[in-house]
Amino acid sequence: MFNLWFNLNPILQGVLKGLAVIAVIFPFAGACSLAERKVSAWMQGRPGPNRAIVPWFAYVPVLGKFLQRLGVFHLIADGAKFLFKEEPLPGHVNKLYFILAPALAMMPAFTTVTVVPFGAYLDGAGRTLPLMLANVDVGLLAVFAVSSLGVYSLILAGWASNSKYPFLGGVRASAQLISYELSMTLSVVPVFLWINAPGTPGTMSLAKVVAFQSLPGFWGGAWFVFLMPLSAAIFLVSLFAETNRQPFDMPESEADLVGGFHTEYGAFKWSLFFVAEYSHMIVGSGVFTLLFLGGWNPLPWLSLADFFGWLRHLTGAAFTLHPLFVGVVSIAFFLGKIVVLLFIFMWVRWTVPRFRYDQVMKLGWQKLLPLAIANLIFYALAIAFIER
Amino acid sequence: MATEFSFPDPAAKAATAEFETEKMSLSMGPSHPSTHGVLRLQLELDGEIVTKCDPVIGYLHRGDEKIAENMTYNQFVPYTDRLDYIAPLANNMAYAIAVERLAKLEVPARCQAIRLITAEMARLSSHLLGLGAFGIDTGAWTVFMYTFTEREKLYKLFEELTGARFTTSYSRIGGLQRDVPEGWTGRVDAFCDQFLPILEEILALLTRNKIFMDRTVGVGVITKEDAIAYGITGPNARGSGLGLDLRKDKPYSGYEQYEFDVPVGTTGDSYDRYLVRGEEMRQSVRIIKQAIAKFPGGPWFATEARKIFAPPKDKVLTSMEELIQNFMIVTEGPQMPAGEVYFEAENPKGVLGFYVVSKGGGVPWRLKIRSPSFCNLSILPKLCVGSLISDVVAILGSLDFVMGECDR
Repeated sequence: MFNLWFNLNPILQGVLKGLAVIAVIFPFAGACSLAERKVSAWMQGRPGPNRAIVPWFAYVPVLGKFLQRLGVFHLIADGAKFLFKEEPLPGHVNKLYFILAPALAMMPAFTTVTVVPFGAYLDGAGRTLPLMLANVDVGLLAVFAVSSLGVYSLILAGWASNSKYPFLGGVRASAQLISYELSMTLSVVPVFLWINAPGTPGTMSLAKVVAFQSLPGFWGGAWFVFLMPLSAAIFLVSLFAETNRQPFDMPESEADLVGGFHTEYGAFKWSLFFVAEYSHMIVGSGVFTLLFLGGWNPLPWLSLADFFGWLRHLTGAAFTLHPLFVGVVSIAFFLGKIVVLLFIFMWVRWTVPRFRYDQVMKLGWQKLLPLAIANLIFYALAIAFIER
Repeated sequence: MATEFSFPDPAAKAATAEFETEKMSLSMGPSHPSTHGVLRLQLELDGEIVTKCDPVIGYLHRGDEKIAENMTYNQFVPYTDRLDYIAPLANNMAYAIAVERLAKLEVPARCQAIRLITAEMARLSSHLLGLGAFGIDTGAWTVFMYTFTEREKLYKLFEELTGARFTTSYSRIGGLQRDVPEGWTGRVDAFCDQFLPILEEILALLTRNKIFMDRTVGVGVITKEDAIAYGITGPNARGSGLGLDLRKDKPYSGYEQYEFDVPVGTTGDSYDRYLVRGEEMRQSVRIIKQAIAKFPGGPWFATEARKIFAPPKDKVLTSMEELIQNFMIVTEGPQMPAGEVYFEAENPKGVLGFYVVSKGGGVPWRLKIRSPSFCNLSILPKLCVGSLISDVVAILGSLDFVMGECDR
């Protein structure tokens, strides 16, 4: 099976990988939107979406009712609704940019996924090899570079709508996303200072970060969230701001800007923005997991290789070291952490009020940025001291 | 109405002189998620700062005052539901008392107690909605859902009492639509008992919430002088430190028999108004519990007012005298003496006044409504200038108005 894959034409491989990204991210983001509704419902003491059901499915004894209550069919119903709704195109918009904006919103999310490792397998020598679509050495830098393009879609949407509320939303988006990118980038620099020894070729690879967190020993096995809690906190807060999540959802804050940058959008174009927001959350959570939560390592101070070694030892079953099994389990660990982070995103959204625009800017420039710089200086000095 | 914007800081003004910006006009409403109905604010923006604010009202004008001149006193009761439609029971009571004052009619203690309990329940309902909507305006959705769960319980009780959840039309001139159902007061008492801990839980979500405080403390400050000058009443005035409460100052419907405190704010900002509403709910529960503890028996309508309150139905069907009486009241309306009266009640949103002029007969010659939301909104042009768009939303939420009452 592996041979078949590696014998394929590289171009065909690329196309298949791209399709795989879409096939994974789209349903995942859709499931997120359902989860958002369900989580908010549980927090607010309501049943949440529980009506939609495929006609004959209601007769399946226990499962039918259970899935209906869970609302999984709303996923299909919503998707179908957005696809088949009338596509309104207001007369006053700039048509090209208006249509371009939602497409542009999806692009960074899909592109960044390709450089994010999502699992690992063990080769014959017991080495852990990461699973990723494109193994680029710039890693995180590529993620930052591409994801910062996401702001253009919001600005474009706000500008092309040719209407006042979207315009204000677009202006807010541009200011906010740029300000928080700074502290976000600065907060991860200590991580790479830690993993790159001076004098050796440096790397920004996310897989390397995980590999570092899988090393044996107290310092090696520790996740970076324990080593650099402040970095993790700054990164997480910036992540909230970067993904436009409450309490930082300035660009679309529905209380004052109606819908912000997507006020004039409807049907599938709107849902693309929606999916893009969740895709950004998924990718952002993934990056956070890789950087600070040990990637696909099951527990702190327990690397994936050790885990499977013990599993093999305890069960004695040979399949436990099969690459496919290891790969699936490691992806499950990784996705599990992402799901927990996504839940935190939702938890926060339905708990706290929204900041005011100037407070968001103040927090970004006056609190997070100096904190990130201080954090960077502290770790730079500390690492220099340790290495000497 | 608009007040010109001026920079409080001369340095800021000097800075703008060399960095000239273009003003943008923004029409906020009448269909906007946080203008609570059909209020429209014509804003002039400098960036995100509001430099001018013109409220445009009247989208919900139905001519209630003129309508009142064309129908009997009792027929107007359903129209009072639609003033402050968040607290129709309180409006019903205020209107009924105003007309009864015109006829110099005293209703029995039981009727007064029922009206008082329903009015306080309406206050709970109104403040819960105000709190929830304020939460949404600042971005806290969950608070809204929590308060609506409680309002649903209240609506169940309203439905049991009046037959309607929303437009209750419960008062009649000289009495009520009907007596309380069997065991209803007990259920209200049980509601109050379970409500208090939930109220604390709801308030705990916001009261010490850092983001909520950032959004509301010092935002939309109404000074004591402004509150008086603009005729602001209700929790909005009390938030500014004015200890005005007609339930204490000019008691009606038996408020003097019950012990309760009037919460008063200190700075008059949005946060104070929020705190005042929270405390008022606790006090309302206190009043309801006292009223239920000494719930009086006896008749629930003015039995001797034979030309004003229609007789019981079983009598109408069996006795000639009552049949004629019923016929006259239904066709001609409750017979009022000539004269005029102004009565105002402390409604959830503020002071709701009814000015009734009668030339005798069953139809008012003129009826004027002094609605609290209208007066409370009059300060908007002054309040919004110099704040950000998000602040305007927070201010609107904290003023807790209803356009049905403002436009009437």
